[in-house]
Amino acid sequence: MEVDVLKRVPVREQEPKVRAANFDEVCLGYDKEEAMAEAVRCLQCKNPQCVKGCPVNIDIPGFIKEIAEGNTAEAYQVISKYSALPAVCGRVCPQESQCEAKCIRGIKGDAVSIGKLERFAADAAREEGIKPQKADSLNGKKIAVIGSGPAGLTCAGDLAKLGYDVTIFEALHKAGGVLSYGIPEFRLPKSRVVDAEIDNVKSLGVKIETNVVIGKSTTIDELLNEEGFDAVFIGSGAGLPKFMGIPGENANGVFSANEYLTRSNLMQAFDESYATPIIAGKKVAVVGGGNVAMDAARTALRLGAEVHIVYRRSEEELPARVEEVHHAKEEGIIFDLLTNPVEIHTDDEGNVTGMTCIRMELGEPDESGRRRPVEVKGSEFTLEVDTVIMSLGTSPNPLISSTTEGLDINKWKCIVAEEENGQTSKAKVYAGGDAVTGAATVILAMGAGKAAAKGIHEYLNQ
Amino acid sequence: MFKILKKEYLANNIWLMDIEAPRVAKTCQPGQFVIVKMDEKGERIPLTVCDYDREKGIVTIVFQTVGASTEEMAEYEEGESFMDFVGPLGCPSELLEMPEEELKKEKLLFVCGGVGTAPVYPQVKWMKEHGIDVDVIIGARTKDILIMEEPMRKIAANLYIATDDGSYGFKGNACDQINDLVKNQGKEYTRVIAIGPMIMMKFVALLTKELNIPTIVSMNPIMVDGTGMCGACRLQVGDEIKFACVDGPEFDGHLVDFDQAMQRQRMYKTEEGRAALRRKEGDTHHGGCGHCS
Repeated sequence: MEVDVLKRVPVREQEPKVRAANFDEVCLGYDKEEAMAEAVRCLQCKNPQCVKGCPVNIDIPGFIKEIAEGNTAEAYQVISKYSALPAVCGRVCPQESQCEAKCIRGIKGDAVSIGKLERFAADAAREEGIKPQKADSLNGKKIAVIGSGPAGLTCAGDLAKLGYDVTIFEALHKAGGVLSYGIPEFRLPKSRVVDAEIDNVKSLGVKIETNVVIGKSTTIDELLNEEGFDAVFIGSGAGLPKFMGIPGENANGVFSANEYLTRSNLMQAFDESYATPIIAGKKVAVVGGGNVAMDAARTALRLGAEVHIVYRRSEEELPARVEEVHHAKEEGIIFDLLTNPVEIHTDDEGNVTGMTCIRMELGEPDESGRRRPVEVKGSEFTLEVDTVIMSLGTSPNPLISSTTEGLDINKWKCIVAEEENGQTSKAKVYAGGDAVTGAATVILAMGAGKAAAKGIHEYLNQ
Repeated sequence: MFKILKKEYLANNIWLMDIEAPRVAKTCQPGQFVIVKMDEKGERIPLTVCDYDREKGIVTIVFQTVGASTEEMAEYEEGESFMDFVGPLGCPSELLEMPEEELKKEKLLFVCGGVGTAPVYPQVKWMKEHGIDVDVIIGARTKDILIMEEPMRKIAANLYIATDDGSYGFKGNACDQINDLVKNQGKEYTRVIAIGPMIMMKFVALLTKELNIPTIVSMNPIMVDGTGMCGACRLQVGDEIKFACVDGPEFDGHLVDFDQAMQRQRMYKTEEGRAALRRKEGDTHHGGCGHCS
């Protein structure tokens, strides 16, 4: 295989026209030959900047070196020292703004394709049946982890490797949190990737109890005082979907992105043999510009709709990953940028018939540093749609904070926790991920789960 | 897995089941609900808690077959199990939070309709156990579809049965019965708790507003996760949007926008109808014939 060291080895993808009509994974990943060719591009820096860009500090040159030498199993073992979910991270991490952004190769040419190599190592290890290494013996201490999303799985996996007896409590009927209910199959295959990585965490000795809602079925105080847990980690996720507060928002045909994606991903409504229904819509507007908005839009497209992304700022400010925006465009999603909804219209039976929007222009920068969108007077127009999906972020779920005495929350109602060790205001209780930061990324939640595992281990070994 | 310990047919396609669910039974309270998922491919079905035995670890549910999923549920037999059973979800009835001396001053009237009679039962039972006498109205179209009359009679101070066709008890609907009690029999109530079909709760709330009696209703909108994550169950309550699963399911009946709630309940009518037909006649309904868009 010929390699131009300045260019990354391209990754194979499903053709846009084909994939727009199926739920199979878009990106097909590297094969061994391609992965080895790409791995050789790594400069093996003595002072690797990429590691500093990784929220869980994976030894990136270390695992890439193993791939370059054809040692796939060894590459996987290097990664699994740092990450419980490499097949997930290789797919959904924003590498372009983390590890790959710091890659020295990127100064003159393309950065090394670290994400795709991570994915390759994890996928290959799975196919060969290689499991992460389990602790030699248990240390006799019990930890409860609330939520089986990226933060919880990482925290649980790290503690299990240190010999703790860990139980994860999950409110839904299926483990995985946002990996199961939020990110679609075409970006993150469920049974092949997510379930397999959860099985890896279980193979470390972690128990997962589904259908337990902490704050309702039982409380944190009961876990500590009655069920004999030595510490608790809260990784309960982001919470309640936000709406705009515009007229018509409760009409039939207006959904939160969480609802739309939960129906399609967790309940598998796109597959007719599952009982949960989903309204596909013929013409759909997705309001918002984040990764979740892209996921909802591309789901609606696959269910057969014409889909518009309605976003109040310009393309430059889209919070979604560049790769997701690029894929969405390739598949035929229409971007109505600098556009903001004003009102949703309905017929006599309360079904959505259209949405009045107003054009926006960018003014002075606001507190986030992005230029503030300002309405263009008199520019209202109506987008004829039958379905509107609101993807505006979430506000914290009060279930746990309201039932746990002594657990401080901040003015945004997020749980207050130390960044370096996850310690909350309540003794023996740690927290991390979206429950602390508000909606963020999978890898940041994993970083927080990792920090809390370290914090809990240090606390219990004082 | 959650085992069905008892199954009983009540009336009018309404079934009662005792489910072995120790964690739920340990903490559930009147007013809260559970979510049942029968098997791998099933829906998450929210059902209000109808009774519980903390020691035996049993939770009682009552459901009416209204579509493909509930029909399938009614085919489960004693000894079989549901794959998932989660709860308790939502908030307990606000009456439970009231200081007992204040609660004892209240004159409560519970108004139930149809399958809504079942979730009223544990509330009335709780009141009885706490030494509080309450009146109960059960409304039904006709005598044959009444449920839970006998158990309710044992715990209510006064039980009034109202049938639309006069086949049993008072002739008239639940609202007529309330009017009769308040206007003709001189009964005074400080609070009404109405649980039943949305249309019944709507008209009870309209009447009690006129009579100036504070009223609590229990809402049963479409839900998916039941933990606040999806917002499918949102309701307009006064100027606010509330999620029935975390803020409710009980709300001030005088503030709920029932017309909107009923409209939202019809959202999946087409999909549900198709699923019901698929169950009855096989997978032959794909639309496109022009008769069922």
